[in-house]
Amino acid sequence: MSILVLGLGNILLHDEGVGVHAVEALQQRHRLPPEVSVVDGGTCGMDLLEIIAAARHLIVVDAVKTGAAPGTLVRLAGDQVPAFFRTRISPHQLGLSELLATLTLHGEAPDTVTVIGCVPSDLTTGLGLSPGIATRLDDIVSVVAAELGRLGIPVTAGGWAVLG
Amino acid sequence: MTTRITVDPVTRIEGHLRVDCEVDGGKVTKAWSSGQMWRGIELILQGRDPRDAWVFTQRICGVCTTVHAVASVRAVENALKLEVPLNAQYIRNLIIGAHSVHDHIVHFYHLSALDWVDIVSALKADPKKAATLAQSLSDWHLNSVQEFTQAQQRLAAFVESGQLGVFGSGYWGHPAMKLPPEVNLLAATHYLQALDYQRRINKVVAILGAKTPHIQNLAVGGVANPINLDSQSTLTLEKLYAVKTLIDEVGDFVRQVYFVDVAAIGALYADWTAFGKGVTNYLSVPDLPLDGKGSKFALPGGYIENGDLASFKPISSFQDPYFENGVKESVKHSWYVGGKGALHPYDGETNPHYTDFQDDGKYSWVKSPTFNDQRAQVGPLANVLCMLAAGHEPTKRYAKLMLDTVSAVAGTPVGIGALHSTIGRHAARAIRGAVLYEALAEQWKLLVENISKGDFTTFNRPTFPKGEIRGFGTHEAPRGVLSHWTVIRDGKIANYQAVVPTTWNAGPRDESDRIGPYEAALLDNPVADPEKPLEVIRTLHSFDPCLACAVHMVDTENQEIIRVTAV
Repeated sequence: MSILVLGLGNILLHDEGVGVHAVEALQQRHRLPPEVSVVDGGTCGMDLLEIIAAARHLIVVDAVKTGAAPGTLVRLAGDQVPAFFRTRISPHQLGLSELLATLTLHGEAPDTVTVIGCVPSDLTTGLGLSPGIATRLDDIVSVVAAELGRLGIPVTAGGWAVLG
Repeated sequence: MTTRITVDPVTRIEGHLRVDCEVDGGKVTKAWSSGQMWRGIELILQGRDPRDAWVFTQRICGVCTTVHAVASVRAVENALKLEVPLNAQYIRNLIIGAHSVHDHIVHFYHLSALDWVDIVSALKADPKKAATLAQSLSDWHLNSVQEFTQAQQRLAAFVESGQLGVFGSGYWGHPAMKLPPEVNLLAATHYLQALDYQRRINKVVAILGAKTPHIQNLAVGGVANPINLDSQSTLTLEKLYAVKTLIDEVGDFVRQVYFVDVAAIGALYADWTAFGKGVTNYLSVPDLPLDGKGSKFALPGGYIENGDLASFKPISSFQDPYFENGVKESVKHSWYVGGKGALHPYDGETNPHYTDFQDDGKYSWVKSPTFNDQRAQVGPLANVLCMLAAGHEPTKRYAKLMLDTVSAVAGTPVGIGALHSTIGRHAARAIRGAVLYEALAEQWKLLVENISKGDFTTFNRPTFPKGEIRGFGTHEAPRGVLSHWTVIRDGKIANYQAVVPTTWNAGPRDESDRIGPYEAALLDNPVADPEKPLEVIRTLHSFDPCLACAVHMVDTENQEIIRVTAV
């Protein structure tokens, strides 16, 4: 079983890069078993095809604008995911939705796709997260760890992942 | 009666492009090209170490991260007058070439073929007839009845599952879709095969660049690939041979499938050689340097005025003042503070000043570049025409093969003039793909020969002087001329500007109110149904638009919001 945790976002636009910062934090704080790969996808499109094709389960971590308060975390799974990709609440879905459709056509789409999103506060040009969103990183990492847990990869907070 | 149509966003591109057209009597009479996001990436670089700039610039764009990394190190090396070891040039050239081939394959099959190919019609095709047709055009080993049958079954299952709508602006059954079912099946089958081959060529970038999607191996002064043919952790003979195998496999696909499909589909849409000409001043820069300082190149570049190849003036080195002094950008019609006239990139300013969409005023976040005060089209067509004008032998050979193949399928002679068009941009990209394959094979050979001479050098250490230096770095990227410009003061970046390919093509009206290449190419474009402006999309996609680097900044709240549950 292979699981891909894919951080998306543009790190040059403050909170737009929250997905990338979150997967970096995940890697720093947890030792993950070999079947979990963590990739900083930036804002890439077709370049990610091969990486996603290798995954049975895809967990996307991204900035999403839902109208909710900045820092709000959202989890989308199952039927919610296609709906997410049909509307434009993530700046990157344009590339990712077509990527997933292309993989479906090719018979290589992941079995499950889950989106963990964080509503950004500051999308202006600049490096690093805004203070408000930076404090949410721990929670995002926890939500991703819980997601891995659902897939049978228990990750203890601040500790090592244990094979399930 | 004049109808105004707005295509916003133009999909199957990365980034966000809005195009407005006035349509009268079934034809476009006026057009506006507007980048809908702001780019201020350059501001981040001010005050930073020039050696780090490429790490940030490769985040400008999600599609072509590599190109901004390459242009950035070249700009800093240019400012330092720093030569690069031969091995480093060859390794960079292999990455650049592989990335370009990847882009061209993906652009044709995955980003624009569906403007011409009707997937639904492919379901009605006879796979046997499709195979016979494919075999008459090419010796490709995957043109069997079995391949076409399987692809058709896969497409049928996909269409039945109701997922086809995902492919954005696919206008199935549109009256402008003219291919017979068998040709649609042929193209759709190769669409699926292209998925495999684009991956293989991307592996070359991954092996040499150490990581994908963002390469890690560049450095101002060379590359960070230690070469030791015996050590597993470095660039070994085994890795080099893996690169060679991938290049050759993809070379077969480019020449036997991509090239042939573009010729055949182009011939069946021969009427589209009459549309989409636009601006016929063509600018391209030389690339794949063959020496340390960038004065000899595998691929020539230069400038052509008014589509006349005899007017070609070469750009002959990475230091050529003909290019350095020729570029300016205007913000008269862009959402930036202006009033100083068109500025040279060293003096460029990026201070936002948003109004709203003003037809005769400001209407885009994209700036308008000019070359010696003229609008210029960039991209594979510009590159191929300049290489032809420079007498580049492989380009001449593949251009002739393309035109001969098109003429044979169309049953009428098609000359080089047909390239100045919407369909011609696709043909030029395929010609360039084949030329790049040969260039890749040659760069691989040069690298291996140089290493076998005992030269393992890959890096010359940069040192930064006190005071101010300036430099520019150019790269003939998949979408055309890319240039990065930097002013360095006491070892820190004082100014940084990137003039990207899509800026050249998608820029709004300039300082003298002249329209840009997109806007010009859309004029007289037919539009059968203003509700479904497929023809407008065809011309825009032929440029391989990538707004992600031309502009940035996203606000999606104006779109429909779906209900999501907080966790």
